[in-house]
Parts: sequence; structure tokens; C-alpha cells
Amino acid sequence: MAKYLLLKHYRGAPPAVNDVPMDQWTQEEISAHIQYMNDFAARLEQTGEYVDGQALAPEGTFVRYDGEGRPPVTDGPFAETKDLIAGWMVIDVDSYERAVELAGELSAAPGKGGRPIHEWLELRPFLSAPPTITE
Amino acid sequence: MNEALLRSLTPEVLGILVRRGADFAAAEDAVQDALVEALRVWSADPPRDPKGWLVTVAWRRFLDATRADAARRRREDLVDEEPPVSAVDDTLQLYFLCAHPSLTPSSAVALTLRAVGGLSTRQIAQAYLVPEATMAQRISRAKRTVMGVRFDQPGDVTTVLRVLYLVFNEGYSGDVDLAAEAIRLTRQLVAAINHPEVAGLLALMLLHHARRASRTAPDGSLVPLAEQDRGRWDTSLIAEGIETLQAALARDRLGEYQAQAAIAALHADAPRAEETDWVQIVEWYDELARLTDSPIVRLNRAVAVGEADGARAGLAALAALDGGLPRHTAVAAHLHERAGDLATAARLYVEAARQATNLAERDHLTRQAARLNAARLNAARLNAGR
Repeated sequence: MAKYLLLKHYRGAPPAVNDVPMDQWTQEEISAHIQYMNDFAARLEQTGEYVDGQALAPEGTFVRYDGEGRPPVTDGPFAETKDLIAGWMVIDVDSYERAVELAGELSAAPGKGGRPIHEWLELRPFLSAPPTITE
Repeated sequence: MNEALLRSLTPEVLGILVRRGADFAAAEDAVQDALVEALRVWSADPPRDPKGWLVTVAWRRFLDATRADAARRRREDLVDEEPPVSAVDDTLQLYFLCAHPSLTPSSAVALTLRAVGGLSTRQIAQAYLVPEATMAQRISRAKRTVMGVRFDQPGDVTTVLRVLYLVFNEGYSGDVDLAAEAIRLTRQLVAAINHPEVAGLLALMLLHHARRASRTAPDGSLVPLAEQDRGRWDTSLIAEGIETLQAALARDRLGEYQAQAAIAALHADAPRAEETDWVQIVEWYDELARLTDSPIVRLNRAVAVGEADGARAGLAALAALDGGLPRHTAVAAHLHERAGDLATAARLYVEAARQATNLAERDHLTRQAARLNAARLNAARLNAGR
């Protein structure tokens, strides 16, 4: 088994094919989209491949240590150029091929006109624990 | 066997152990063990005296656990008879201890659910979506924090109310219904202390709980108050909430929970959204603002003013408030829509969705923007075809 992180971006990914913001959709299109996402997660729970998923707010801040006795330095939020994560899903699957297949399914979530969004999702393998048997 | 009934004995049993001289942290562990044991054996062999059974088993567990020399020496000094103190007082002391001001809100919530509510660490962890080990750590740190607190000193009931309010308001879910649990714990507190704000909080919870079934659509989306199917509101909970509130208000010691409950009661009283008595609601918000000085209250008041005196008046009330307040943009969007400025409202709904702090609210606000955009598009098409 191998764990993968599926990353959805607000910004920073190549543009989707059906790239229309949600406030330009109809109520039915929004409902269909949410239903698709919920069904997808529920199906992965059924197959035993779902680990976790969360959505993130678009506002974020960079923080770093600024030396002994000083409060941390904060920076941001940044201008439109920065890559911005919208949310993630962690899956635990048997192969890279399966991870790609699932990411493809998630990217097919319906958008404007009920057509797939074809959104680019980033697929990142977890670095796993070292195996017990190495020889 | 009814698990909630079993758990309702928790504070009494724990109080008895502490009165006998057991320290709070060890006694609490022992009571948890006894609860687990009860769940295991009672269904096949229910005892005639459940409380006596729990006290005996918990006390034995406590003695087993305190085997160290120092503990044994101390144990010889322990009293094996219960001093004449009522269980009600013990229960109240436990509420105070678990909501002690030295605890952070999340610790106080966890400790209350375990020591007063009798929930297991696993159940609390599931309810708050954190790993069980994390929750176990949070609870044991909380117990260490209150270790030196004397059990016989009265605490501050307002900190207890805040903890119960937090439990009720938390939207997470597991196999434990936190809202129902908060109501159960608040009822228990009402029985232990005669205080109008405790009754006010219970009334507030009952009135909100009554609307629960109508608050979400089958697809999980939020249904705003004005659009809820009022036929699905729980009338017996509303009746109990209003009765509880009236008894509290009659004592003429108004507090923020009674005032909030009064607003909830006015909503519950309206058979249709259009019949809501917004003028009285504004008056209660004025009262609430005097009591709490909370900017959130003034934000909600602006919504009420918008209904009572028109959207323009609502926007004027809103203009006096800090634009950075949570939900400020959402309220502005709503008031602009009521004022007929659909373009501004749609733009603000999009912005409010971006600022939303939970997914259900974000989806709801995005839907509002989409609804207005579709309406504007249709209007433009009609004009073009003319």
C-alpha cells in the first residue's frame, strides 16, 4: 500500500478546461458538483482507500522564527502570483496507477453546464517508513 | 441498558470517591474504568442498585491503582464512609472544577465531557475529530492543571455556562450527539443550582435544538431561518424552552443567555417568517448589546434592524461596525440584496464565501451569488429581447 496526497489548488495549477467560477453556475450545477465530491469520498471509504480530506480557507500567512525573545515574523497574504492550496485528500492505494486513476476521477467532477471541470490536481506520494526486509 | 442513564450517574459517583479522600485525577480514572465495566456486564446482569454498584467497583479500582507506599500510607487515613454531603453539591463542584478558569476552553470541554458526562476518551476524540492519543493527553494535562484546586470551594457558574455553550455549538459529529449531550449536562446543572442564567442557557439550547431537523436540506446544504419548513420544528422542545425562559425571566435577573433565548423564542413564535416580531427582536439585541458589548451582537442587530426598519436602516447600522468582523460581508450582501442592489450583493456574496470559516457556509454563500447572477442574466436577456 502507498499513500498519496491529492492537492487541489486555488491558484498555481494550469488552468482547467471548463474553467468557470462557481458563482456563474446554476443551483443544480452546484448541487451536482457537491454530490459528486461527497460520493467520491464515500466510495473510497467503501473500498478502504480513503484516509483524510480537508478544505482550506484561501487566506494564509507565512510565519518564521525571528530569534530569542522576539515574536515570530509574519508575512502575507501574498498577491495573485503565489501558489495557493484549496484542499487535500489523502488516499492509501495499491499502486501509482490506481492513484492516477482516482485523481482522474476526482478531476472529472462536473462544473458549468454539467460538464467535467478537467481540473489539474497535484498527486504527491508520501515518503514511507523504511521496510523491515531490505536484502 | 441506556448508556445516557448510566453516564448520568458519573458525577455523583465521582463526587463520592473524592469526598472519601481520593484525589480527583485518580478517582476520575477509576470511575471511567467502572463505567466501561458496567457497559460490559450490565446488559446481561443489571444490578439492583446501579449507583452503589458503580461506587463499589470504582472504589476498588481506585484502591488497586494506588499501590505505591506513599499512597498506601495515605489510604489508611481515607474515610470509608460517605460524609453527609448531598450528591447535588458534589455534582455542582465537579462542574466548577472541570470548567476551572485555569483551563483552556478546549481542555475544559474535554474534561467536562469525561468527568461530568461520563463519555470515554475515544468518544470525545471522535466527536472533535482528533486522534484518541491527542485527546487522552489533553484530558490528563487538564487533570494535572486542576490537581491543586480545592473541591469544596464554590466556583464561577459563568465559566461553566461558557463550556456547555461551546459543547452545544460545536458542529462536529461522531457517534456522540454533542448538542444532545450539552442539553443533558445543562439539565443536570439546572437541577444542581438555582440560577436564572443556567435556565436561560437551557432555554436557548432547547429552542435552537427544536429547529435542527429543518436547518439542513437532504443534500446537506444550509437552509436559512426564513426558508425553513416551520412544520418540522419540534413543538414540544419549543414549549419547554419558552416555559423555562419565562420562569427565568420572571426572576428579574437578566443575563446574556436569557436575552439570546428570548430572541430564539420570538423566532419560534412566528408561524411564518413574515410574521416575525422584528421590532421586539431589535429591542432584545439592544438589551444584549448592553449586557455583553459584543460586536457580533451588533452585527446580528443590524440584520434585525434591516427587517424591522428596512434594508437602508440595516445598512446604516452596519456602516457603524468594523468591516473586519466575521460575517460582516455576508450581512452586507444580504442587506444589499434586500435593498434591491443585486450587482453589489452578488459581488459581496462571492467575497463573503471566500471569507467563510466553514464549508457549509461557503457553499451557501456561493449559491446565493450564483442565484443572483442567474437572476441578473435572465433580466438582461429579457431586456435585450424587448
